[in-house]
Amino acid sequence: MAARTSRRSIRTSNRNGHGTFLGWRRENGRVGVRNHVVILPLDDLSNAACEAVANTIKGTLALPHHYGRLQFGADLDLHFRTLIGAGSNPNVAAVVVIGIEDGWTQRVVDGIAKTGKPVTGFGIEGTGDLGTIAKASRVAKDYLQWASELRREECPISELWVSTKCGESDTTTGLASCPTVGNMYDKLIPQGIYGVFGETSEITGAEHIAEARAATPEIGEKWYRVWKAYQDEVIEAHKVDDLSESQPTKGNIAGGLTTIEEKALGNLEKIGRTCRYIDVLAPAETPSKGPGLYYMDTSSAAAECVTLMAAAGFTVHTFPTGQGNVIGNPILPVIKITGNPRTVRTMSEHIDLDVSGILRREMTLDEAGDALIDMILRTANGRLTAAEALGHREFVMTKLYRSA
Amino acid sequence: MGAPHLLVHAKKDTVGVVVVEDLKAGTDMLCVVTEDDSSFRLKAKMNVPIGHKIALVDIKKGDTVWKYGQDIGQAVADIKKGEHVHVHNLKTKRW
Repeated sequence: MAARTSRRSIRTSNRNGHGTFLGWRRENGRVGVRNHVVILPLDDLSNAACEAVANTIKGTLALPHHYGRLQFGADLDLHFRTLIGAGSNPNVAAVVVIGIEDGWTQRVVDGIAKTGKPVTGFGIEGTGDLGTIAKASRVAKDYLQWASELRREECPISELWVSTKCGESDTTTGLASCPTVGNMYDKLIPQGIYGVFGETSEITGAEHIAEARAATPEIGEKWYRVWKAYQDEVIEAHKVDDLSESQPTKGNIAGGLTTIEEKALGNLEKIGRTCRYIDVLAPAETPSKGPGLYYMDTSSAAAECVTLMAAAGFTVHTFPTGQGNVIGNPILPVIKITGNPRTVRTMSEHIDLDVSGILRREMTLDEAGDALIDMILRTANGRLTAAEALGHREFVMTKLYRSA
Repeated sequence: MGAPHLLVHAKKDTVGVVVVEDLKAGTDMLCVVTEDDSSFRLKAKMNVPIGHKIALVDIKKGDTVWKYGQDIGQAVADIKKGEHVHVHNLKTKRW
């Protein structure tokens, strides 16, 4: 009974809000839909201390990951961009950074501090884990109590940054869940939101369509150079067979997808009919050309891609799935959408929005797009996604090459 | 019109997608083209799982297969109208 009442009240607030949501406006003007206090490790060695702090100060969130030592060049730049971006995301209220030494720790602190949000760093060397955990826990406690008193305010839907990436695709994603996301973008991009799609490898087979969807021929050429570089530097340089079991994946094939062309065409249904992308972003790069749809050069592996989009500042993620990808992200709520009735039946706990009615011709794409917008607003207002409720916190750094 | 058994993206396509579970050989399928909501009927020649494709026309080895009105690869075996189309008889032209 309690659940039913609260559900009704959420719907009412949306109807009265006319496309507004309640978010936290941060020091730099961006609006977040979560209020995390993050304990951020600079490197793999600092995960243990960060997790200890998060265990001690309940309600803070550690983001353990695997890298951060002896990286160099573009790979190191991406590492810093991802950590600083994650800490800077408006879904994060405040950050404690812990690293093995002070120098690179301070670099992350300084990057996050540009947003104006509270951030403090601690180096382990010269102190040890226990002393660091004690000092960091005091700051984490202060941040958590400070953040707990921050109030949400009503914000127009145009303040949302909505990312997309699909996973465990099958033929139903191309028929139902991906075009549902596309319909949402066709409606919300004109209202002034930021959007982003990526998955460079999975556009192979539909690159002529992706290039043509750029806002100008110059942006299309920039996109093509990124795609071609991936083909030449990654696929052609490293492939040992015809990629038949990697793209499409075994899961894709079980779901009925046969070729990379077919998979790519379904994938691109996510950008709708009328949207055009206005820039091509490097991995984890924050958009700088104003509201609109962006392309980001990412891997097609779900956790890597969503982590890069979180680091770029996106605050709600839409994730179409066919066979049932279960991914989540610690700071970016991931909304799962499926059109596959078998997945709805067998994996219901992972699905936030069921659009299988499209396959039965009981639901139009327009209705599905509206249902997704409603779910985005409910998520922004605080509804936990299935992935959040199930504790999916996949925070995965993209590594460009071996460390030194 | 009841719920379709098979959905086809575009008029030009030579394959459609099974959208019901446990489709049996011999089923007289209701097929809907999502592009314009037109419909036609086709007999399934095999049991085909949900999400998998069925040929709408006879396809010869070497023919391009069309879905979304686009080239999705080429047939590597002859495929009869109503038969299952998948990795055993369709391959990418890319890698």
